[in-house]
Amino acid sequence: MLALSLQFAIACVFISLLLNAWRLIIGPETTDRILAVDTMYVNCVALIIMFGIHTQSDVYFEAAALIALLGFISTAAFCKFLLRGDIIE
Amino acid sequence: MLEIICSVLLIIGGLFIFLGSYSMVKLPDFYTRLHGPTKASTLGVGSIILAAIIFSAINGGISLKELIITLFLFITAPVAAHMLAKSALHIQVKQRKGSINDELFENAKQQKDSPSD
Repeated sequence: MLALSLQFAIACVFISLLLNAWRLIIGPETTDRILAVDTMYVNCVALIIMFGIHTQSDVYFEAAALIALLGFISTAAFCKFLLRGDIIE
Repeated sequence: MLEIICSVLLIIGGLFIFLGSYSMVKLPDFYTRLHGPTKASTLGVGSIILAAIIFSAINGGISLKELIITLFLFITAPVAAHMLAKSALHIQVKQRKGSINDELFENAKQQKDSPSD
């Protein structure tokens, strides 16, 4: 039962990543593309954690924490670039 | 019993993540699209991390360091959404027809003309 629900959740996240990629390609505005990249980071965190459940190992949580951190920093940098035209003034 | 709870949490998390990403494709303009990923996807990831904690409790040795990721995501998702909305108002992303609160654009334009910091 656990394996079946794990497969279902992984399929959901996979379809979500495809939808994010679609919004990343067609997005009419720059902010749409930034939002798509940010959501892809969050979905990748979920995917890596589920892969950790699948392989029954604890190693992947550090990778997930690192990706969550980098996703926020990259979104902040993109927004700062849009707001100011420069990242480090 | 724990296995059933873990499975239900995984299914709920997957459905919420799918809902958030689907709303980002479906909704008409940027300001409405901002709602889906920042709320639904964050809840979905939180639910999946809870399932991972329960799964590590099944295998013995409960570890709470996954909670750090949940805490971090729940803190940073609203901050990122606020920064995105602010930069969208700054570069004057078009609203959908029939939207209200046009004065937000005026405020953003005034802040652009006279930067305070």
